Amino acid sequence: MSGIAGHGAAVHIENCGKTFPDGTQALAPASLDIVSGETLVLLGPSGCGKTTMLRIIAGLEKPDAGGRVLFDKTDMTAVPIEQRHVGMVFQSYALFPNMTVAENIGYGLKIRGVDKAARAARVAEMVALTNIGGLENRRIDQLSGGQRQRVALARAVAVRPRVLLLDEPLTALDASLRDRLRSELNSLLRSLGITAIYVTHDQAEAMELGDRIVVMRKGAIAQIGTPREIYFAPQNRFVAEFVGAANIVEGPVSDGRLTLPGGWLALDDAVDNAAAVAMIRPETIGVVAEADAFLRGTVESVAFIGDRERLVVTGAANKPLTVDAPNTINVRAGERVGLSVTPQAVRVLPKED
Amino acid sequence: MSHRNFIWICLLPLVVVTAAFFLLPMAQLLAVGAGGSRGMSAYLAIITEPRYRATLINTVVLAAATTIATLVIATIAGLFLQRHRFPGRAVLIAMLTFPLAFPGVVVGFLIILLAGRQGLIGAITAAVTGEKVVFAYSIFGLFLGYLYFSIPRVILTVMAAVQKLDIGLEEAARSLGASPWAVQRDVVLPALGPAFVASGAIAFATAMGAFGTAFTLATNIDVLPMLIYTEFTLAANFAISAALSIGLGVIAWAILALARSMSGGAVAAAG
Repeated sequence: MSGIAGHGAAVHIENCGKTFPDGTQALAPASLDIVSGETLVLLGPSGCGKTTMLRIIAGLEKPDAGGRVLFDKTDMTAVPIEQRHVGMVFQSYALFPNMTVAENIGYGLKIRGVDKAARAARVAEMVALTNIGGLENRRIDQLSGGQRQRVALARAVAVRPRVLLLDEPLTALDASLRDRLRSELNSLLRSLGITAIYVTHDQAEAMELGDRIVVMRKGAIAQIGTPREIYFAPQNRFVAEFVGAANIVEGPVSDGRLTLPGGWLALDDAVDNAAAVAMIRPETIGVVAEADAFLRGTVESVAFIGDRERLVVTGAANKPLTVDAPNTINVRAGERVGLSVTPQAVRVLPKED
Repeated sequence: MSHRNFIWICLLPLVVVTAAFFLLPMAQLLAVGAGGSRGMSAYLAIITEPRYRATLINTVVLAAATTIATLVIATIAGLFLQRHRFPGRAVLIAMLTFPLAFPGVVVGFLIILLAGRQGLIGAITAAVTGEKVVFAYSIFGLFLGYLYFSIPRVILTVMAAVQKLDIGLEEAARSLGASPWAVQRDVVLPALGPAFVASGAIAFATAMGAFGTAFTLATNIDVLPMLIYTEFTLAANFAISAALSIGLGVIAWAILALARSMSGGAVAAAG
């Protein structure tokens, strides 16, 4: 694993908060552990503190007093970014306009005093790795957005960083290119075995790239988990609604049943007899004959999305339910339907103020 | 009236004014320069005549030194002022750009107040060392005066260029291991290149043609604008002063054109 990328450090973040001079708290004190070789995604809407967290790890921001950043158990808190040995990829690419592609990729090595021959060899290796052969002598303004992002990645990886930090690297690209680069980036990160921290507001990107995802909200960590945990077992309403599509239902609970206007749902989780809020993913709801279900409603609309039919069913819960049915289903708007939901698919969310 | 004719009629006042107050005097100046006892060779006098040549070299060296010193000072100050927020910043920027409002005579007067025979520096050095230091009337006094009115012009351009600089470039360089000096050398200064060329050219041309400051200070230095003045008013040597004027204009214009083409290239390269 250490061949092409070097050794990826384990990162330990302890009580790192950030309060700006004007008193706004961008990040509440938070702790995180990132395993060596892991890709960790910081996911959240803008202003959630994810970029501030990344910049603290990079050394571009100093955490508030009491916060510490450790790479492989060495305290890096007071070490400036130029000595942290990190690689950074920016949303704006931040490529040097006065240098060619090859000079950009080799810049970190040149600064480190690597001799010309070794530098050229490493640059060639990076060019091959990121599929930008033939562009070595181009100027930056002669590259497309996708090519620029590859050069930025090559430049960051060339120095064999201990941690690779990526700040929304694909956001500036158009949708189809973004999807392609995302899967390329995914296989690249896997093959390098590098420790990577990836900031994004795009949940699809987070799902595909992250070994683990840290969902953030208003300067605090809302949940940490694998993509499956985040998707199927969100710990709060924010995570449930931010990651994927979610139906939020609420009603009184008695004897393990959640009562709704159109019937009831069996619960798997042990819940006290009281009002409860639960989440159901649209694709976990089955459409059956009215007589075969304990929960019934009226189809308000049917939209064909290609790989599935998206139904909106009213009357079943307090709010219309979104149901993703197979694209072979034959229902029309106005029809009465039964909805089948397994107890495992109903995720009871903790009470929030 | 056709659309085309309408545009020509609108342009007519500009054509008349340009012809009457710019082209005609220029043509006249050219003719006067060639109409003296030397004929066309008056135009070469600026190079062949030792006294004129020395003055030309003086002027170019002084203007170049002013430009370089101004760029160094204005870049450091501009970077600092654009990147830091502190109490009194707005007042400081206003003060730094204040000399724009002064005519050259006032700038010269200020230099005399500072370093003249009755000046502040003279009084202090006389009190401390017993020897009065006076440099207002030397080339250094002139240099200081030129610096004073060149800095505001350059500092504003540099500040605007710094504001447009992507801070991500510097952060990227630092993440790759570049020290603060290396970041300035490899990233910031190359990115500011076009602004240096553009504002440096203006500073150079202004210094080449500055008259008021030189006139107020000049006792033992000769610069081209002063030479033209003395040839014209004292010696009544119309032909030579016209030829010198053309020479001064051509040299300043050539430097500006060169700078423009260089900055054009640099801008294209910087994307």
